[in-house]
Amino acid sequence: MTLAGCLTLAAALFSLGVYGLLTRRQAVAVLVSVELMANAANLCFVAFSRFRGDVTGQALAVFALALTVAEVAVGLALVILLYRAHGDTRVDLASEMKQ
Amino acid sequence: MEGTFFMVLAACALVPAWLAVRGANLIHAALWLGASLLATAAVYAMLGASFLAGVQVLVYVGGVITLMIFGVMMTRRHEGLVALAESRHQGRAAAIAVTLFAVIAQAINATDGLDAPLSAPVSANGSALGRALVVDHVLAFEALSLLLLAAIVGAVVIARRRDPPDAREAEVPS
Repeated sequence: MTLAGCLTLAAALFSLGVYGLLTRRQAVAVLVSVELMANAANLCFVAFSRFRGDVTGQALAVFALALTVAEVAVGLALVILLYRAHGDTRVDLASEMKQ
Repeated sequence: MEGTFFMVLAACALVPAWLAVRGANLIHAALWLGASLLATAAVYAMLGASFLAGVQVLVYVGGVITLMIFGVMMTRRHEGLVALAESRHQGRAAAIAVTLFAVIAQAINATDGLDAPLSAPVSANGSALGRALVVDHVLAFEALSLLLLAAIVGAVVIARRRDPPDAREAEVPS
């Protein structure tokens, strides 16, 4: 197992997340894609932590994990708000500010 | 041996990730995301970050996936289980994702010194990580706890059901 392998895996996971983010329109599915991308970033933190022999990367990964949880909580609250306002959770329904 | 195991884990992370971004059923997509995150937790364990592997399983697979499934179940309509609405720009999105991956992979290949086998794990026990969290980075740690509190209160405020004004006035004894 090399650092290059870990980084390539993280890049592949991140690209899959980008693809999902661009194609999905259901709000929860968009959140799933964002989680995938955040997870790829965390994998980079941990891999570099091992590479450098320094534990700071793991601390950063813990912080990023907590940030992601906060993001999911707020995101799901917005999904429920969207559903209550429009009866559906497609993200392109939330376009009141466009007009 | 280790390299083979890593390749198997990488496949276990990538295939569920693909199913999570492509699956039409939102509940299945959330569960596939959980499978991908579990494989990532195994990679963390291989990298010597055992505490992070445990946190990943507890917080992500235990907490976030459950929240997402709740989110899907609370907001589905009769046909809402199936994500019928997909973007029309599948091809362009795939091109962007593949280009992004190609650029990053090229950058990884072009950098020297990344192919050496990784050294010994930084911390077999969690003490070094604990010291880093609550001694070296204690300010960030406390700021993060404040942010979590603010986010959760904010989520409750956003998702709260708002009573119509006349109903609220009727409850107040005059």
